Amino acid sequence: MAISGLVLILFLLAHMYGNLKVFEGQDAFDSYSHHLRELGEPILPYGGALWIIRVVLLAAIVVHAVSAIILWRRARRATGGKGGARYASSKAPRGAQRSYASFTLRWGGVTIALFVIYHLLHLTTNTIAPGGASDSPYERVVNGFSIWWVVLSYTIALIALAFHLRHGIWAAMATLGANTSPKRRKNLNIVAVVVAAVIVVGFLIPPYAVLLGLVG
Amino acid sequence: MNITLRVWRQRNSDDAGGMQTYQVTDVSPDMSFLEMLDVLNENLTIAGEDPIAFDSDCREGICGMCGLVINGLAHGPKERVTTCQLHMRSFSDGDVIDVEPWRAEPFTVIKDLIVDRGAFDRIIQAGGFITAPTGTAPDAHAVPVPKADADAAFDAATCIGCGACVAACPNGSASLFVAAKVTHLGLLPQGQPERHSRALDMVAQADLEGFGGCTQIGECTAACPKGIQIDLISRLNRDVLGALTHRA
Repeated sequence: MAISGLVLILFLLAHMYGNLKVFEGQDAFDSYSHHLRELGEPILPYGGALWIIRVVLLAAIVVHAVSAIILWRRARRATGGKGGARYASSKAPRGAQRSYASFTLRWGGVTIALFVIYHLLHLTTNTIAPGGASDSPYERVVNGFSIWWVVLSYTIALIALAFHLRHGIWAAMATLGANTSPKRRKNLNIVAVVVAAVIVVGFLIPPYAVLLGLVG
Repeated sequence: MNITLRVWRQRNSDDAGGMQTYQVTDVSPDMSFLEMLDVLNENLTIAGEDPIAFDSDCREGICGMCGLVINGLAHGPKERVTTCQLHMRSFSDGDVIDVEPWRAEPFTVIKDLIVDRGAFDRIIQAGGFITAPTGTAPDAHAVPVPKADADAAFDAATCIGCGACVAACPNGSASLFVAAKVTHLGLLPQGQPERHSRALDMVAQADLEGFGGCTQIGECTAACPKGIQIDLISRLNRDVLGALTHRA
């Protein structure tokens, strides 16, 4: 759960960096996208590095999802299927200190998984092409994010991602043994908030730049 | 003070059970929560009704026997106290207070507010011990222990095994309990021989009993009457990871 999650976070950081190249204009963005396929040539075949990355990511997603389902099922079995809501009293619905981020970790993960499918259909395969399909990745981005509801759907997904990362980064590091003292706990939580904020803001900048007419 | 109680009543482990309402009048703010229940039980007995079954022993917060979910919180609203050390002054006149047993699949309700915590005993049996020679006790200073380790081990050893961590955990996990026991013994030289097998065996037993897994939410530490900190769970995980590179 923790290791697969951290692998996915590394991917998100790289993905976010690539997205920000949209500010360098169409040529730079499209050639960046093309170079991802030439990465590692001539040792690797055309698209080889990209396929290695895809396989690693898919493996990370499968491991992450399977671990989550195992944990979810164990939690349900241990609490009669009711989790934190297993008491008749309605006076402490959020427990003593549970955060919204921890509360929504599992369903937030499902939301993100559904979003990833939508996102791949939209910008990778271009099967869903609001604003018009194109062979240029730059044009796909500009066409899509010129439409307000596309930007809204991405915003909602990224807010879900923000909460997921806020708790997930902290939990991953604590699970791997990094939480060695109350002071370290505080610092790990700060790291989780900062990384979650950087990723989400970094991903939201290009769509809003397009929507507001700063790019395109 | 006059209090309205909504108490979980359940005849036995097969009974479905449900919340029942009782009025308790003339409650002194200086009474402990359990003394208030004692008063209610005396009245119930006089009225010919079945008194409410609940666990208690030392009533000074050190044995781990008592434990109720009060208003949805394990050991009630006050931090770092057991139910027996929670006093009625923490409530107000006219309050409606919900009282329920610990809930987790491995903690079967035996009757009313009493649950079977035998699962904790079996986790201890799986690894919560050290190998020590029998015979005369060794001198206390024969094995030097760094002060910092002794203090940290003692902090972990204050776990009284009451089960509040499980009762509070949204996953029904016993990780904080296991972590406290593993840390307490693993920090001391006497606990080293079994250090890695202990972590593996106690976690395996907790899984076998049907406790959930930890997702680092921290409700356990908020409920713990002894203030056991969540960093002990990281320590437990480090021992589990360490066991992977050690021979059993």
